[in-house]
Amino acid sequence: MTTSMMTTTTAPASTDLLTVQAVTKSYGTADKVFTAVKDVDLRIAEGEFVCLLGPSGCGKSTLLRIIAGLMPATSGEVLYCGQHIQGVNPYATIVFQTFALFPWLTVEQNVTVALKARGVDPPTRHATALRLIDTVGLDGFEKAYPRELSGGMRQKVGFARAMAVEPELLCLDEPFSALDVLSAEALRGELMELWLGKKLPTRAILMVTHNIEEAVLMADRIVVMGKNPGHVVTEIAVELHHPRVRKDTAFQALVDRVYAAVAGHTPSEAESLGTAPGQPGHTRRLPPARINALSGLMERLNEEGGRSDLYRLGADLQLELDDLLPVLEAAQILGFAQVTEGDAVLTPLGKAFAEATILTRKQLVAGRILRQPTILWIFETLRQDDNQRVARSYFLDKLRADFGDEASHQLDLAVKWGRYAELFDYDDDRDELYQEEPAQE
Amino acid sequence: MRRPFRFGPVSLARPSFSAADLVVVAGLGAVLALAIRLAWRAPAVVAGPRISLAVSALPWYALLSTSRMAAAYVLSLGFSLAYGYFAALSQAARKVLMPLLDILQSVPILSFLPVVLLGLSVLLPQGIATELAAIILIFTSQAWNMTYSFYQSVTTVPQEMREAAAIFRLSPWLRFRVLDLPFAALGLIWNSMMSWAGGWFFLMAAEIFRVGSRDFRLAGLGAYLQTAADANDLKAVAAGVIMLILTIVLLDQILWRPVLAWADKFKVEMVSSDVPPPRSWFYEVLNHSHLVGWLRRRVWLPFTEWLDRRTKLPATTAGIAETRSPGIWRRLGLMVLALLGVTAAAALLFGLYRAVVTLAGLPAAGWTALGVGVLATFGRVVASLVLALLWTIPVGVAIGTNRRLAGVLQPVVQVVASIPATALFPVLVLALLRVPGGLNLAAVVLMLAGTQWYLLFNVIAGTAAIPQDLRDSADLLRLSRWQRWRTLTLPALFPFLVTGAITAGGGAWNASIVAEYVTFGGKTHSTVGIGSLIAQATAASDYRLLLASTLTMILAVVGLNRTWWRWLYQQAEVRFKLE
Repeated sequence: MTTSMMTTTTAPASTDLLTVQAVTKSYGTADKVFTAVKDVDLRIAEGEFVCLLGPSGCGKSTLLRIIAGLMPATSGEVLYCGQHIQGVNPYATIVFQTFALFPWLTVEQNVTVALKARGVDPPTRHATALRLIDTVGLDGFEKAYPRELSGGMRQKVGFARAMAVEPELLCLDEPFSALDVLSAEALRGELMELWLGKKLPTRAILMVTHNIEEAVLMADRIVVMGKNPGHVVTEIAVELHHPRVRKDTAFQALVDRVYAAVAGHTPSEAESLGTAPGQPGHTRRLPPARINALSGLMERLNEEGGRSDLYRLGADLQLELDDLLPVLEAAQILGFAQVTEGDAVLTPLGKAFAEATILTRKQLVAGRILRQPTILWIFETLRQDDNQRVARSYFLDKLRADFGDEASHQLDLAVKWGRYAELFDYDDDRDELYQEEPAQE
Repeated sequence: MRRPFRFGPVSLARPSFSAADLVVVAGLGAVLALAIRLAWRAPAVVAGPRISLAVSALPWYALLSTSRMAAAYVLSLGFSLAYGYFAALSQAARKVLMPLLDILQSVPILSFLPVVLLGLSVLLPQGIATELAAIILIFTSQAWNMTYSFYQSVTTVPQEMREAAAIFRLSPWLRFRVLDLPFAALGLIWNSMMSWAGGWFFLMAAEIFRVGSRDFRLAGLGAYLQTAADANDLKAVAAGVIMLILTIVLLDQILWRPVLAWADKFKVEMVSSDVPPPRSWFYEVLNHSHLVGWLRRRVWLPFTEWLDRRTKLPATTAGIAETRSPGIWRRLGLMVLALLGVTAAAALLFGLYRAVVTLAGLPAAGWTALGVGVLATFGRVVASLVLALLWTIPVGVAIGTNRRLAGVLQPVVQVVASIPATALFPVLVLALLRVPGGLNLAAVVLMLAGTQWYLLFNVIAGTAAIPQDLRDSADLLRLSRWQRWRTLTLPALFPFLVTGAITAGGGAWNASIVAEYVTFGGKTHSTVGIGSLIAQATAASDYRLLLASTLTMILAVVGLNRTWWRWLYQQAEVRFKLE
C-alpha cells in the first residue's frame, strides 16, 4: 500500500503514534472558499504530551477534530500507527471545553453511556464507572446531576468519561479554559499526576489551548499555530523537569519565547494594511478589538516607559491571549505600537495618543484609521454619494466577497471605528450608513 | 442559547411569499378538490347520535371525549417525532418539509372539517367516519407546533454534545434516546400541553357539528352541552360544564403535572435557577410506589438494555465521519421521498385539474358573496382582537406586576382558560339569540372567548419579563403613568402581543365556522360570513361553493399571516426585543 510505504519512508512508524501529513481543511463552494487550516504537518510520538497553541481562529480546534476523525480533511492524510483511519478514530477520545456532559444523566450514567455504546455489560459498566469516578475524586457524587456540580467537578466527569473508553490518544480541547483559575490549576495538577505517574492507559496526549503558561507547564512540545489561514508557525520543545515552577527563570524565559512566536512581529505597512475590498490582493480583517481596551493598552505601555514584555503585559492587564492579540493588532494597524521579539513597543504616535485628551484621541484615530483600506473605502463611498447615505446591504454584499459569513461582523467593527473617529455613522432604523455633513476637503 | 417555547407559529421570520407557498396552496386546493369529488356521493341525510341528558351518562361521555383526544395526541406525537427528526437529519427533506409545515400551521383547520366529514362518510360507515374526522381534526390542530418544536430542538443540539455522541460512538438509536429526545423533551412537553388544551376547542367543535339534515355530532361532552342548551335544561348545562372542568383538571393533575415534574431533569441550563422545580403529588405517589419501581427494574430497564444492545454499532467498523445523517438514512429517505413524490404529484395534478374545473363553474354572484363573506368575518376577527386587547393588556400588566394579585388570580385564570370556548357556545347562543343581531354578537363573543387567553398569558409573561432595572429607572425618572406606558410597558410588551395576537387571530378565523351558522332549537340561524358560507355549502351539498369558500378562507388567513403579521413580527424581533 502506498500510504504505509510513505510512512516508512518519512518516519519510523514504531515511535510515531500519529502522523498528520499536509492536512488542509476548507469550507464553502468554488467561488468563495474559507480555509481553516492549510498544509499542516504534525507528528505525535508514543508517550508525548503535545500542545497546539495559537490565537483564536488559527484552526487548532479544527485540527484536533480532524485528528480525532470527527470531520474529514479536505486534503492530506491522518495516519494512526501508520494506518489510515476512516471516520471517528476508535482509539482516540476528546475532553471538551464545555464538558459536553448530558445534563439529564447522572455522573455515573454520563460515564457508563460511553461504555454502553461499546456493548459492555451492566455489572462491568457499573464497576468501571465507580472506579473512575473514584480516581478523579468524585466518589459520593455518582447520583448527582451535572448541574449540581461546580465547573471543575463537571470537567472531572468529562475526564472520567474519556478514560472509561481507555483511549490511546487523549485529545483535550481547551479543557481548562471554562473553569475558574483555582479549579483549573488544581485539575491541571491532578491530570499531570495521573499522566506522569503512568496511571493512565493513554499513550499520548494532544491538548489545544490558547493559554501559553498552561502549555509550558504541561507539554513536552508546543506546536505554535498562526491564522489566516491556520498553519504551523513553529515547534518549541519544552525540556523543563516536572514539577515545573512558574517563577523559575528558565520557565519564564520559555514563556517569553513562546509569546514572541505567537505574537510574531509587526509586518511592513503595505502587508499589514492589505488592499480594499473588491481590489486584488489580500483584504485584511479588522481585529475584534474594543476601543476602550486600546486606550488602556496604550496608557499602560506609556506608563511602562514605552516598551513592555507581552507576557508581563498580559498578566498585568489580566488579558488572555485571545483578548490581548486583537488589541495589539489594532494598535499596529493604527501605527501606535510595534511588536518585536515578544515585546510591545510604543511608537511616538502611540505615545501622543496615550497622553491626549478624548477629543484629540478621536482626531488621531480618525487620521490613522483612514489608512485602513476597508474604512477608507466605506468613507469614500459615502462621500461620493449624493445624500451621503448608502444602504448597509451595499457594503455587506461587497464585503461578502472577501469575508464570507464574517462580512456582517466585519462591517459592524468598521462602523464601530467609524463612529468613534466620527468619520461616519449608522442609522439602525433605516439600515443605512451615513455621514453627518459633506466632508470638508 | 435555545429560544424559549412560544405559543403560536414560530417561523414567521422567514421570507414572505415564496414559490413553495404557491405549491403548497395549490396542493391544498387539489386535495380539497379530490375530497369534494368523493363527497358528491355523500349521503344527504345523516342521523346523529341520541344524547342522553341524564347526569349518570356524563362520565361515559367524558371518557369518549378523552379517548378521542388521546388517540389524536398519540397520532400527533408519532407524527412529530418522525417528521421532525427526518427534517432535522436530512438536508434535502428539510427543503420540502419545513415550508410545508409552515403553511400547514397557519391554515384555519376547522375549514377542513366539512370536506373531511363528507369525504370520509363516503368511504367508511358513518359512525367510524365521524369519529375519524374528529380525530383527524384534532390531530391537525396539535401536530404542527409539536413537530416544529421537536425539529428546532434537534437542530439546536450544541455542537460539542453532538461531537461527544460521535466520539463515544453512540449508535443512531442510542443517540436518539440519550441525546436528541432528552434535549427536545421539555419543548415537546410544553408544546404538547398547549396542543392538548387547544385540541379541546376542536373536539368540541367536531362533536357539535350539524348542518341542515346532516347531523355529524358525536356522543361526548360537547354534544351533551349542546343538547342541554337546545332543550333549555340549565341543570344539565351546569352538570356538563362541571364535568368538563373536572375532566380537564383531572387530566392536568394525573397526566401533565407529573410529566412536567419528571421532565425537570431535561433542563439544559447548567445553572440552577431561582424558580422552584415543578412539583406534582401524583408524581411523588408514583415515584414511591413499589409496583412502579418493580416495573422499572424488571421490565423497563431490561427492555431498554436489550434494545440498546440490539442497535449497537459493530465494534470493528470505525464510527461515522459526519456527525449527522448517516448515508443509509439519506439514501432510504431519498428513495421514499421520490416514490411518495411521484404518486403525490400525479394525484395532485388530477386534483388541481378538478379544482380548476369546479371553480370555473362558480357563478359571479358566488364570488361576490365570498368577497363579502371574507370581509364580514374579517371584521368580526378584528373586533374580537381589539376587544381582547382592550381588557387583556391592563389586566395582564396588573397580574404581571403584582405578585399578590398573581397568586390569587393565576389559578382561577388557568381553570377558566382551560374551558374550550366551543363547549360553551351553545349556551351562549341560548342566551344571545333573542337579542337583535344576536348571532353576530355570539360569533364575536365566541371568537373572543377562544382567543383572549393566548393574549392574556402573553401579556403576563411579557410584563414579568421586563427587567427590574428598567422598572427602577422608570421610577427614578418619575415618569407619569402615561409616559411609563408609552416608553416602557407597551414597547416591552410588543413582541409578546404580536405572538399572542397571531395565534389569537388564527383561532378567531377557526371559530367563524361554528359561530356563523347555527342549528338551534330545530331552526337554522346564520349570519353573513365566510364560515357561514362553508357551513351553508355543506348543508346544501353545493360543492362548488364549498371548495371556493374553503380555499378563500385559507388564502385569506395565509395571506394575512404572510403580510401583516409577518411585518409586525419582524418589527418585534428587530426593534422591541429586550435582550
